[in-house]
Amino acid sequence: MERAHAVFAAERVALIELDRAIGDGDHGENMDRGMTAVAKRLAADAETSQETPTPAALLKTVATTVMANVGGAAGPLFGTAFLRAAKATDSVSAPDGELDGHAVATALEAALGGLQSRGKAEVGEKTMVDAWAPAAQAAREAAEAGGDATAVLAAAAHAAEEGADATVPMIATKGRASYLGPRSAGYRDPGAVSTVLLLRTATEAALELSAAAEAAAGEDAE
Amino acid sequence: MNSPGARDITTALVIVAHSAQLAEGVCEVAAQMAPDVTVRAAGGTEDGRVGTSIPRVEAAIRTLLDEGFGVVVLTDLGSAVMAAETAKELIDEDSRVTVVDGPLIEGSVAAAVAAQNGYSHRQAARGATGPDPRHIASAATPEIAAAPVSEVEVREFTLVNEVGLHARPAALLARTIAGFDAEVLVDDVDGASVLSLMSLGRTQGQTIRVTASGPGASLALDAVAALIESGFGEGSGR
Repeated sequence: MERAHAVFAAERVALIELDRAIGDGDHGENMDRGMTAVAKRLAADAETSQETPTPAALLKTVATTVMANVGGAAGPLFGTAFLRAAKATDSVSAPDGELDGHAVATALEAALGGLQSRGKAEVGEKTMVDAWAPAAQAAREAAEAGGDATAVLAAAAHAAEEGADATVPMIATKGRASYLGPRSAGYRDPGAVSTVLLLRTATEAALELSAAAEAAAGEDAE
Repeated sequence: MNSPGARDITTALVIVAHSAQLAEGVCEVAAQMAPDVTVRAAGGTEDGRVGTSIPRVEAAIRTLLDEGFGVVVLTDLGSAVMAAETAKELIDEDSRVTVVDGPLIEGSVAAAVAAQNGYSHRQAARGATGPDPRHIASAATPEIAAAPVSEVEVREFTLVNEVGLHARPAALLARTIAGFDAEVLVDDVDGASVLSLMSLGRTQGQTIRVTASGPGASLALDAVAALIESGFGEGSGR
C-alpha cells in the first residue's frame, strides 16, 4: 500500500488530466488523497500493533479508509470493492493468512461483484468495470492453471490494462462521463486507469515479497 | 406539538446531500411538515467541502438505530446514493434501513409525513419513491391490470378539503389505502404511495377516480369515501 500511495501521488496529475477531459477533474485528487490516508493509517497501525494483520483485516482497513477519504463516486465504489474482497479473503485464506492463487482470484471476483452491485454498471459502459471484469476473469484462469498469488495478480493487472485501453473508443453510458455522450470517446476511463495502477502495484509488491521470501529461504538452506 | 391522534412514530430520516447546507435545508422543510419526526442531516464531507462522507452517513444512521427507529435514507445525487448504500452495507442491518433513490425534497417531505402518521420505514420509503413517468400506467399494481374487469371497483370523489391532495391529506389517504387487502389506484398512480398521490397535484373541487381490486376493495373504497368526505379532518386548527 505504501507503494500504491507513491504511485498515486506520481500519477495524480495524469489522472486529473484524464478526468478533466471527460469528467469533473477530481478523480486524481480523490485517489491521491485516499491513498495518502491509507498509507498513513497502515503505518500508524503497524506502529501500534505487534502482529502482522491478516490480508482480510488489511483489506477491511483499506476499505474503510478509502470510504472515508476518497470523495465522489470512486469512494463508495473502490471502498465497496475492497470491503467485499476483505470478506471473501476472510473465508478462503489459509490458516497462516497466506493467499494462494485461487484466493486472490476469489478476492478480485468479489471486488468486481461489489462494484457492480454498487454502481450498476455493465461491461462496455466505459467504467472501471471494464478493467475489473477482464482482470477477475484472467485471475481465475491463471489460478486454474496453477498460478500462485503473484502470477494471478500479474495476469489480472495485464488484463486490466488491456481492458482500460479498450475503453478509449467507448462512449460512456454510466457515470459522470456519460453526460458528454459521444464526446467521451477518445480517452481511457479514469476509474479503469486507477484500477490498472492498483493491480499493477499490487503485483509489484507481491513480486518483491516472494523475492524476499525466496532469499530468506535460500539463506535458511545454507 | 403532537397533532390530535398522532400515532407512535417508529421511523426517522437521514438526509444525505452533497452540501451540508442543502441537507440542513431539507431537514428544515421536512420538520415543518412533520414536526414530531426526527430528521438528521448528513451532508457534505468531513472537512466541510462539497461531497459526501460515508462515515458521516453511517454515524447518523447508527445513532437513529440506537434510538430504536427504523431509518429511511434520502439522497440527492448518484454518488450520494452509493455512499448511503455503502454505509448501509457497513452497518449490516438490512431489515431496519431503507435507502431511497428518488427526488430528494419531495421524497423527504413525503417520507416525513408518512413517518408522522406512524408508517414503518419500508412504508415511508415506498411513499417517497416517486412515480416513474415511464411506468405510470402500471404504477405499482400489476395485479389491477391483470384483474378481471368484473372484480375491479371504480368510484369517483370530489375533493372538498381546502388544500386538496397536499402532503398531509395524501399521507392520510395512502395510509388508509395501505391498511386494506386491496390494490388501489388513484387516477392511475399507486394509492399507497404518498409521493405518487402528491404528484397528482389535485386541488380543492377536483375529482379523483379511485380503482380498487382484491378482497378488501369495497371496504377500502368506503374508507376512502369517508376520509375524503370528512375533508381529511381539516379545519381543526392547523
